[in-house]
Amino acid sequence: MIEVQGLTKYYGNVRAVDDISFTVEKGEILGFLGPNAAGKTTTMRIITGYMPASAGTVRVAGFDVFTNDLEVKKRIGYLPENPPLYMDMQVIEYLRFVAAIKGVNRKSIESEVKRVADKLSISTVLFKQISTLSKGYKQRVGFAQAILNDPPVLLLDEPTIGLDPKQIIEVRELIRSFSHDHTVILSTHILPEVSMTCNRVIIINEGKLVAVDTPENLTARLKGSESIHMEVEGPVDDIMNTLKQIPNVTAVSVAPARAAKKANISGYIIETDVGSDVRKDLSHSIVTKGWGLLEMKTESLSLEDIFLKLTTKEEVN
Amino acid sequence: MRNILSIFKRDLKGYFNSPIAYVVIGLFLIVTGIFFYLLLSSFLQYSYAAMMQRQGVPLNVNLMMIRPFLLNMSVIILFMIPIITMRSFSEEKKNGTIELLLTAPLTNWQIIIGKFLATYLLYLVMTGITVLFMALLFIWGDPELAPILIGYFGILLMGAALIAAGNFISSLTENQIVAAVGTFGLTMVLWIIGFASDFAGKIVGAILEYLSIVAHFEDFSKGVFDTSHLVFYLSMTFFMLFLTYQSVESSKWRA
Repeated sequence: MIEVQGLTKYYGNVRAVDDISFTVEKGEILGFLGPNAAGKTTTMRIITGYMPASAGTVRVAGFDVFTNDLEVKKRIGYLPENPPLYMDMQVIEYLRFVAAIKGVNRKSIESEVKRVADKLSISTVLFKQISTLSKGYKQRVGFAQAILNDPPVLLLDEPTIGLDPKQIIEVRELIRSFSHDHTVILSTHILPEVSMTCNRVIIINEGKLVAVDTPENLTARLKGSESIHMEVEGPVDDIMNTLKQIPNVTAVSVAPARAAKKANISGYIIETDVGSDVRKDLSHSIVTKGWGLLEMKTESLSLEDIFLKLTTKEEVN
Repeated sequence: MRNILSIFKRDLKGYFNSPIAYVVIGLFLIVTGIFFYLLLSSFLQYSYAAMMQRQGVPLNVNLMMIRPFLLNMSVIILFMIPIITMRSFSEEKKNGTIELLLTAPLTNWQIIIGKFLATYLLYLVMTGITVLFMALLFIWGDPELAPILIGYFGILLMGAALIAAGNFISSLTENQIVAAVGTFGLTMVLWIIGFASDFAGKIVGAILEYLSIVAHFEDFSKGVFDTSHLVFYLSMTFFMLFLTYQSVESSKWRA
């Protein structure tokens, strides 16, 4: 449904988006993940036809954004980061206006406005002036605007920002409900959102594509470098040396023990090679040396850790 | 067409939902009203003096009253245009609603024409109300109709050019104040170069004279219709709309 090829965007000399390629299939919800200023908004704006790319092509439903932007715009519902609202209008006037410029035919404008108002539960504020609405309602009016005329492609730029926890859950439910017959790109820097709603995740950082995969696969892929936390009673230096000599252990570091009642108890974080289980070796060598093994647990990386790992330390292929 | 109409209606509502339309129209009527009153009083004094001297020919109300009034109005208009057009594009840029318009299935021309028509209609309402002043003259006097119609036709044309220019300046910035001051600067320059033409050389002077937006109105105020002025105002309007198009299009590239 959406094909992005070699997308590059310069702002002056700054390269905001650097050679990004990906495709999104029909019915898929794609999470667009990255720290602030990673290039998420820029990429979305280029897909919507709001701004042209410096290089590369974007096709939506087979139409090139650059040469056929009207056809693309007809098929996209876009919720920008700051919902584009006219503060001096009533909600209903605003929705009627957007419906009209999106080409909803005159007779069905009222029913279409009612449909989206029900979907976003904003029916109670339809006759209020937008400037008097709370942030949460403004965000929902912005969302309602995006789904007017039921576009097959939805681009949502941080749709849950500024909502309270209950509203966030509702909006996520709503996004998931689009998964059957809509194509959705959802940009966010809130990770649980991605693992809850998306079929696939793209992580970008500093304009570069860092990883593309399902949330499960991303977690699994990096599970190899899972870490083991231990608490051991004994001389720190000796323990460190012993642990490092165990096969498949890649790194050992000292962490503060949680309950450091005695001076010679400390915590250790052991990182291991992909797919190896060294717990038996660890406990064996500690016990045979006569030290006290007080605690041991494995910690699999959360999406947060993966995200940080990918965007701060290294690039995965 | 429907898209243009949607933009037009939205913008017009925006003007009349905010105090701007009322302030602009009110201010304009007060100032033109004062001029009308002053011109009328002096005209009455002259007429009275003429009557005392028993001159047979009554004074011409078109010549002594309506022509200076229209000229005054054309200058007051220069001061009002920036307030009318300042928010046209600037407000959309500031609020981010331009993102809505530019990602909706609209062409740039539809947006520009819709916005131009909304500001132009506000202008027409503002200047149109002064027709009531003219009605007063018809009730108690006997002015000639044709010169007045031509004069108002001139107001119509000059307004189109100035409103288009104001829209262009507004499309350059997201700051309404900057848009207003910029437009004011532009209208002042287009007015003042008419004076400067007297001091410039022959060719340069002619060019400056030609560019002076108010100079072209003088003939209209006299009730003279000259197609060269029509051509000037229309080409000025289209040129300014063309510049607006370029500005909207290029802001995408710069954004």
